[in-house]
Amino acid sequence: MSMERTEKLRVVNHPAAKVDAEALVTGRAVYTNDLAPADCLIVKIVRSPHAHALIKEIDTSRAEAVPGIECVLTYKDCPQKRFTLAGQTYPEPSPYDRLILDQRVRFVGDAAAIVAGTSEEAVKKAMKLVKIKYEVLEPVLDFRKAKDNPILVHPEDNWRSLCSVGADNNRNLCAHDVCGAGDVDAVLKSCDYVVDRVYHTKANQQTMMETFRTYTYLDAYGRLNVVSSTQVPFHVRRILGHALDIPKHKIRVIKPRIGGGFGAKQTSVSEVYPAFVTWKTGKPAKIIYTREEAMTASSPRHEMEMHVRVGADKEGKIRAIDLHTLSNTGAYGEHGPTTVGLSGHKSIPLYGSPEAFRFEYDVVYTNVMSAGAYRGYGATQGIFAVESAVNELAQTLGMDPTVLREKNMVREGMVMPAYYGETTKSCALDRCMARAKEMIGWDEKYPCRDMGNGKVRGVGVAMAMQGSGISHVDTGTAAIKVNDDGYYSLMIGATDMGTGCDTILTQMAAECLDCDMSDILVHGVDTDVSPYDCGSYASSTTYVTGMAVVKTCETLRKKICERGAEYLGCSAEDVEFDGQKVTNLKTGESITRKELGNKVMSFNNEPLSASEAFSSPTSPPPFMVGMAEVEIDKETGVPELIDYVAVVDCGTVVNPSLARVQVEGGIAQGIGMALYEDIVYNKKGKTYSNSFMQYKIPSRLDVGTIRVEFESSYEPTGPFGAKSIGEIVINTPSPAISNAIQNAVGVIIRELPMTAEKIYRGMQEER
Amino acid sequence: MFTISNYVKAKTLEEAYELNQARSSRVMGGMMWMRLGNARIKTLIDLSGLGLDRIEETDNVIRIGAMCTLRQLEQCDALKRLFGDGVAESVRHIVGVQFRNQATVGGSIYGRFGFSDVLTAFLAMDTFVELYNGGTVRLSDFVNRKQDKDLLLSVIVRKGKRQFRYESIRQTQTDFPVLACATVTGIVHGQETWYFSIGARPMKAALLEKKWEIPRDASEEMIREYAQEVAASFTYGTNMRGSAEYRQHLAEVLVRREISSILAEER
Amino acid sequence: MEVQFVLNKKQVKVDVGPDAVLLNVLRELGCKSVKCGCETTNCGLCTVWIDGKSRLSCSVLAVSVGGHEITTLEGVEEEAAEFGRFLAEEGAEQCGFCSPGFIMNVLAMVRELEDPGIEEIKEYLAGNLCRCTGYMGQMRAIEKYLAYRKEARG
Repeated sequence: MSMERTEKLRVVNHPAAKVDAEALVTGRAVYTNDLAPADCLIVKIVRSPHAHALIKEIDTSRAEAVPGIECVLTYKDCPQKRFTLAGQTYPEPSPYDRLILDQRVRFVGDAAAIVAGTSEEAVKKAMKLVKIKYEVLEPVLDFRKAKDNPILVHPEDNWRSLCSVGADNNRNLCAHDVCGAGDVDAVLKSCDYVVDRVYHTKANQQTMMETFRTYTYLDAYGRLNVVSSTQVPFHVRRILGHALDIPKHKIRVIKPRIGGGFGAKQTSVSEVYPAFVTWKTGKPAKIIYTREEAMTASSPRHEMEMHVRVGADKEGKIRAIDLHTLSNTGAYGEHGPTTVGLSGHKSIPLYGSPEAFRFEYDVVYTNVMSAGAYRGYGATQGIFAVESAVNELAQTLGMDPTVLREKNMVREGMVMPAYYGETTKSCALDRCMARAKEMIGWDEKYPCRDMGNGKVRGVGVAMAMQGSGISHVDTGTAAIKVNDDGYYSLMIGATDMGTGCDTILTQMAAECLDCDMSDILVHGVDTDVSPYDCGSYASSTTYVTGMAVVKTCETLRKKICERGAEYLGCSAEDVEFDGQKVTNLKTGESITRKELGNKVMSFNNEPLSASEAFSSPTSPPPFMVGMAEVEIDKETGVPELIDYVAVVDCGTVVNPSLARVQVEGGIAQGIGMALYEDIVYNKKGKTYSNSFMQYKIPSRLDVGTIRVEFESSYEPTGPFGAKSIGEIVINTPSPAISNAIQNAVGVIIRELPMTAEKIYRGMQEER
Repeated sequence: MFTISNYVKAKTLEEAYELNQARSSRVMGGMMWMRLGNARIKTLIDLSGLGLDRIEETDNVIRIGAMCTLRQLEQCDALKRLFGDGVAESVRHIVGVQFRNQATVGGSIYGRFGFSDVLTAFLAMDTFVELYNGGTVRLSDFVNRKQDKDLLLSVIVRKGKRQFRYESIRQTQTDFPVLACATVTGIVHGQETWYFSIGARPMKAALLEKKWEIPRDASEEMIREYAQEVAASFTYGTNMRGSAEYRQHLAEVLVRREISSILAEER
Repeated sequence: MEVQFVLNKKQVKVDVGPDAVLLNVLRELGCKSVKCGCETTNCGLCTVWIDGKSRLSCSVLAVSVGGHEITTLEGVEEEAAEFGRFLAEEGAEQCGFCSPGFIMNVLAMVRELEDPGIEEIKEYLAGNLCRCTGYMGQMRAIEKYLAYRKEARG
């Protein structure tokens, strides 16, 4: 079915190199710091050494006296209206709990002062001379004890929550909710088997290779121009308006090429500091986060503890799922109320329509680094818990975990009560499972094979889903115009952060307009000129902005026909546009796109352009199955990932080579989360994991072999049948690798990462 | 932030030594670690123009200049002939080729770092360090000395018929070791002798010498007992990469594997 | 201090402080391809060649390269573009931020290793981290590039 609809496609569903590839592989100066003017003031942050403290005195006089220092800013200089740094559509669910600088510091690394000067040396020298007297307070470091703790992270009166998310700063609560269907306790009570377990995922760093960075300057109109490595330029404009307490029309945000984001740059981590400096001094300013700052004062994944109960009958029919998630948002609430929702809404629906489900959560403030958005956005954590619980259920039932899933998985046309009651209009999860089993040789390898050299290999499985944009919220807009010689310029507000959206949106436009990709010029984001787009997050760009592009091109085609007919002196009904020329079907007379483009530049009263927006009432989930083969050294517990197989249903694959790399990259990040990456704090709340030396992301020697295939469904509401791909791909490694370890040596690890020592200890306990 | 007021590329060893006597002088190795500290260096002394970047083989020794890179060590045929693949194994996990093209043998040994694979490996061999002022001393003595103002000129490995094995456990392949372990055996003064060096415990490598005559057909059980004794002779600590208890277990496993591997080859 | 060295086949003379690192000096000289990803010698983004060998420019003092030959991606642009096409065809440059350092080390590898196997390639490039691609696409590009070179040389 989907084959028929996609086989006629000329550009979409075909691989194409990225439109910016040549610049990137030859090292052109296209990133923020490559473009920053040489005369920018260097901006750096003096950071709190304490997890929780009040600034009693702050003396900047000696720092300001250092030659070359332009200004030293403290909380006394900052506007006192609270805001959030979360890049979300207004009104943001994230609480307004921030000031640019606050008298209260809430984690080790929290900003205490801003220093700006003409050279790095001067600024570093001055930073040491900012004298701060702190009243050190007891911190809340254990997120299990944060709710209703007498120590409050945000006791301030002007803390605000704009949406009803169950937040209460007097209880250290950033959000709370409960939802469900049916009587979960009663159904679980009547189940033949119930698995009741607690899983724990740690915070993780996105570690995009380009850290947070921004430069700012005033333009000829006295407006604040902000060039930043961000996923959310339009949100940054609003956030800066709030933070600086200035009108939004005073701000322009430009996004150049970006060295990766993965959600980290969906929080406005770095923009406020140089913006504040430029606004105060009138001078250009830039901040480049060091890797240490990017590891200690950024926007990592929310740590979560998830209590899961899954009940089934003797045949393995899953009857009820109960999930309680405790999420640690750290010192501030960015993305706290929303990430947690995905831990249930993107895990429970994998099992279609159980008789009953319940999903309850608390999101708490603590005095550790504030969390944010990271690819997967809570789904990753929830899927680790629910998929692991299902794997434990399979063991309890004595059933192959793939068979248990085949009995219960969501299928096309099913209603998903835990997914806002949406119906899956496209779902090839069953085909993904079948193909993944073939690819890895599941039936031959399950559960394990002793390799005869002290090592044993096990295989494991997990399923995953995500959304495609935020339904009823995310908005994408595209604009396109016809220029000289008939070339098109496509304007989008979605942000390519290396993911290739400039390319795939060009592909879609070329498909719609029957032209080559090279006939279309795509423009990066500039909030002054680009059409509005909420930004690139929530797996929205392909689906939401993609539909906006399709709608825009359809409108433009109509206008081209009308204009062509006008120039040909006939009726619009009598013409056809084949991409190159408009032809009068009655006379055979035609006008080329080139002629048309040049003609509209003279004696013309209406521009030949179009612009349309798109927002969706649904968020169709992509689905996938991941399978891991892991070898365990029976003496040391050392795990080695041998093979990882992934089969993905993202609807129509818009660009197979880019989509494949998305999958491989997401899986590698998931492998890092599963096996290696850990943010470790000491007793005083200072993190040890402050560099690539101490926080180990996988090298190419640590990921085994990753093999990817697609099993496409056709999503009727998406552009050319497409759904999202960006986030889902990080969700299967943790549960699949855990399951492989379980099947190899019988050890079940419920806290990430799954280190050799944990596996070794598990094997010791087994004995 | 580290700072340097003055950089001198020394023209003679004597000049380098004299400059280094000032309290705030430092000798530059590969600059891998020094840069990460907060030292305020008055004079940084570069030894790269003094011919210390060569590996020389004589009838009795292999002399490795202090400015040789870890990559030279990894690709050294003389060391490979003498010790097999063990030497390359001891450095190939260290970050990457670029890092090993830069990190120096002198810097690794002089630094006496806890995580050092290089130190762990050389300690188990019959190794000396040549100092500018302090003569030639055993590496096992040098390891326990405090850092002083002498210059390390070369690392000298005495040739002899010895077997060498090196293994390490790491969380990721290019991370610091959770534990590193080298085993060497040979006939010393007419007697079979075993040397065990265990590093990253997480304390720096230490050496254990045993005049053991392990039969070539020793049983698994017997080898296990030897390994247990070796592992129990060292102290271990806990950090974010592993607990003391786990490290001791790993030491036992790795020592056992190394002994077994040597015996198997000799059988 | 004044230092003279050869940068991309041209003599340059710069005045730098004794603690200036090569990475920053090269960027100031216009070689913007050279990137910093970590500051702790772990990521490989700042890879340049010194006398033809891959080195981490973040931990090389600029004063110490006097008389040496430095090559950045700007100095091997044609070759970079040639390999880069293979990379782009796989979509394996992704964000592109790690590409310059990675490409420099790939080009160093093809000079140093004769007909390397997959494991050898992986080990040679282990010091080049990439967070976007999961490395598989890079390997596909390298394999195709090596086959192409072999064929081109007959």
